[in-house]
Amino acid sequence: MMELDPALLARIQFATNITFHILFPSITIALGWVLLFFKMRFNATKNEKWMEAYFFWTKIFALCFAMGVVSGITMSFQFGTNWPGFMETVGNIAGPLLAYEILTAFFLEATFLGIMLFGFSRVPAWMHNAATFLVAFGTTVSAFWILALNSWMQTPAGFEMRDGVAHATDWFQIVFNPSFPYRLTHMLLASGVTASFLVAGLSAYRWLRHDRTPAVMAALKTGVLTAAILIPLQIFTGDLHGLNTLQHQPQKVAAMEGLWETKNGAPLVLFALPNKETRQNDLAIEIPKLASLILTHEWDGELKGINAFENNHPPVAQVFWAFRVMVGTGLLMLAVSWSAVFFLWKRKDLVKPLAYAMVPMAFSGWVATVSGWYVTEIGRQPWLVTGVLKTADAISDTPAPIIGISLSMYLTVYAVLMTAFITTLFYMARKAGQVKKDPLTPASGQAVVEALD
Amino acid sequence: MDIFSNGDWLPLSFAALMGLSMLIYAVLDGYDLGVGILMKRATNDEKDRMIGSIGPFWDANETWLVLGAGLLLVAFPKAHSIILSNLYLPVAIMLIGLMLRGVAFDFRAKAKTGHKNAWNNTFFAGSLITAVAQGYMLGAYILGFDKSIAAIAFSLMVGGCVAAGYCLIGACWLIMKTEGALQHKAIGWARVSLWGTMLAIALISISTPLVSERIFDKWFSFPNIVLLAPIPLVTATLVIALEVLLRQLPKPDDRWCWVPFVSTIGIFVLCFHGLAYSFYPYIVPDQLKITEAASAPESLMIILMGALVVLPVLISYTFLAYKIFHGKAKDLSYD
Repeated sequence: MMELDPALLARIQFATNITFHILFPSITIALGWVLLFFKMRFNATKNEKWMEAYFFWTKIFALCFAMGVVSGITMSFQFGTNWPGFMETVGNIAGPLLAYEILTAFFLEATFLGIMLFGFSRVPAWMHNAATFLVAFGTTVSAFWILALNSWMQTPAGFEMRDGVAHATDWFQIVFNPSFPYRLTHMLLASGVTASFLVAGLSAYRWLRHDRTPAVMAALKTGVLTAAILIPLQIFTGDLHGLNTLQHQPQKVAAMEGLWETKNGAPLVLFALPNKETRQNDLAIEIPKLASLILTHEWDGELKGINAFENNHPPVAQVFWAFRVMVGTGLLMLAVSWSAVFFLWKRKDLVKPLAYAMVPMAFSGWVATVSGWYVTEIGRQPWLVTGVLKTADAISDTPAPIIGISLSMYLTVYAVLMTAFITTLFYMARKAGQVKKDPLTPASGQAVVEALD
Repeated sequence: MDIFSNGDWLPLSFAALMGLSMLIYAVLDGYDLGVGILMKRATNDEKDRMIGSIGPFWDANETWLVLGAGLLLVAFPKAHSIILSNLYLPVAIMLIGLMLRGVAFDFRAKAKTGHKNAWNNTFFAGSLITAVAQGYMLGAYILGFDKSIAAIAFSLMVGGCVAAGYCLIGACWLIMKTEGALQHKAIGWARVSLWGTMLAIALISISTPLVSERIFDKWFSFPNIVLLAPIPLVTATLVIALEVLLRQLPKPDDRWCWVPFVSTIGIFVLCFHGLAYSFYPYIVPDQLKITEAASAPESLMIILMGALVVLPVLISYTFLAYKIFHGKAKDLSYD
């Protein structure tokens, strides 16, 4: 039988769990604010279309939220089951940050979600507005704490080591560590783009099915316009984040750029197959000097290559490719959202080819967000906490076959849930169109839907 | 007091906070897991109503588990890794159970109408798996993570017992939150699960001192035995009173419909108290003491300050939610 490495399995399991988990918060963080926006537009205009959009997207929000909660509970147990060394070494810092997330965010969002979803006819309008606000606020606060912790793991600050254990010396420096402001902004914008493409994509799907009510068009325009505004901001923030990474984790940037040797006037590699045996790029297509210009703002600026970080650098190919997938998806999203804005405002309606492109791109935010996280997390290796704790030293002594069992259980459940989630989204979109055409007899509407399936 | 002078008060208050979260979790998620298990025995309309009774609450209820496990993680990292690596598979199974029921809750109403039955069954199975896995973990914890066949059998039995306890509190929740035929059914469920719960309490109470000499000495030495006696006596009184009351329910005008739920909470609190007393001062039975497992005092202090500010707010908005959704449950609707 093949010998399985428990450390590798534990890493795959953690990556599986956190990848599945992040998909849903990356929708809900921003979708909460989109819902509040729909509600505020209704309060201001008294136009029913906003309320209709609100109710439809509330249902999807609730579904995403449930998926996020259940996959998030898994995360909170992973530290102890698979990575005991993490809390034993940096628990004094990670602990309070996680505790604050639970205390200030989880309960807030979970409790007010109940009121927001089911309390519409039970509480006064102002309280329902407040509940919607607090849910959106709670998801954002949650992102604040978890990104503070993640950024601290990337660029630790405000602590000292005593007997191999990290002790906090300055909480302000810990929370507002060097990479935190960039990473938080980058993630919040990523969520904004992910949610707006989901809104736009699912609305485009309804548009293609000739379900073009004012509510659908309002959601479509909101999604498209938000994406068109946020993506340039995201590119700008991403650039700043990259410069910050160059300063604090230059080996990550070297891997992102596929730069094996330190160089003045380093090229921007558009395509290549990084080869770790020969330590060079196969089949490279490069633009001379451009990487140096982007990162150092000089044509002949020096960029450190992988050779400067012997035994202390991440795997190159994975980081290199994840980065290109992220940037490529982002540029595609930019093109699609701007074209959609052009058609919706200049030509007053969408066109079919664009709508067809937007339907699968409802999930393009996921691709960009997840590959971005792979860049930053794989790019941190071999460290779990940069310069403090190596990933390999944090592992539990759980034997490989046991991790194999839990990993295959998670993979099976995630595959089922992902299928159910995506098919349900489209089903809900179809059903929303059906019910409206026959508002007086919902039962017969249901029959029509069943006949359609 | 000397616990204040030597700095042990900080880990001890965290142990208390953690215990409190676990207790609140067992009561709150206990009732909605119980409702999930009982759903197997309900008609389709009743299922919708049962889901309606827990809909606004289940999410916040589960958050207490995150807080309990989170406090164990952040305040007692050493204990967290010993406990969770010993309970690796049951934890993974519980998480799968929680995941399935959490999403089934949404999918049963939103997925294709033809799939509703499958999601109802998922909701039931997820609730049952979660309850049994939690009981299994309790059993394994009592035995100090013994890995023998007998220990596994015992833990599985405790798993069944915890499921019975959750059914009891779930049924009592339904007595309080529903009316008519469903309420009648719930009264029947409560009476059956009360027997299971009694058996569970008896089993755990008899076996705990037998497996641990330390706990035996703690219980049966003088004056402890006199001081501890009220716990089983009050529990027994509550159980008998509950049985008598359940025979008479429902009363005219639905008077006292809330009494079974409150008495069950009383039973849970007493059981928890008994367990906590038995294990103190250990956080991992006979291996690791609370004070030995704690994080650095300055880190605990900053969490405690946060908790003292946030907890009152948290408790007050939890009360607000229960006040908004008080009274008999309706079918869930977003508008």
